Amino acid sequence: MSQVGRRLDFRTKAHWSYFAYYLHRVSGLLLACFLPLHFFLLSRSLYGEAELGRYLQFTDHPMVKFGEWGLVTLLALHLIGGTRLLVIEFGIWKGLRKAWVQVTLIGSLLCGALFLILSR
Amino acid sequence: MGQAVMTSSAILQAKLWYYQRISAMVLTLCVAIHLIIIYYAIQDGLSAGEILARTRGNLAFALFYEIFVLACFVHAPIGLANILRENIQSGFLIRALPVLLAAFILILGTAAVIGVVWGAP
Repeated sequence: MSQVGRRLDFRTKAHWSYFAYYLHRVSGLLLACFLPLHFFLLSRSLYGEAELGRYLQFTDHPMVKFGEWGLVTLLALHLIGGTRLLVIEFGIWKGLRKAWVQVTLIGSLLCGALFLILSR
Repeated sequence: MGQAVMTSSAILQAKLWYYQRISAMVLTLCVAIHLIIIYYAIQDGLSAGEILARTRGNLAFALFYEIFVLACFVHAPIGLANILRENIQSGFLIRALPVLLAAFILILGTAAVIGVVWGAP
């Protein structure tokens, strides 16, 4: 890639909107990978309470607890970031709406923190 | 001929974009409600008995979560296909992985809803 091409490539990525786009993609991908696992665990309830309980006991593991916090944070991130996209695409045009990126980050961290506080 | 193929592909992409945005609107509401339910449910630990006591025979719960599953079934595979198309070369994987994800979400998601509402005691 030429010097100018490299500079342009960097300039298209060195801003908040690209950061928001990237986070939205990564969080969406991780949530998509988690969904079948989540549904599989809950579908064990077809065979009764004891069977579901047998699978749920894995969620007591500290690593799983950490994963749950991560998933709630990612879910909130994808929710608020997705709302930002819908506002940009379907709302009345009002500039770049950069504040939405900060709202997404702070909102998702707060949702994650609330999960930690309530699950103690 | 080539032009006709490109046009139908462009129409398909436009349709998929639209389906993903409509499902996103449904999911915005579903995820917000789901987060509130999570916060409510985790407060005194999470046990199978506690979950099923809330969900068994609850028709409103079944309806809400099946709508949630269907919206995920539309939304997630389209997003995955977009990411794959931009990052990998294999046409087979670009088509197969989203279909596999869609099947997993629909079958396991519906089994989960049936299980928690009408499963064995």
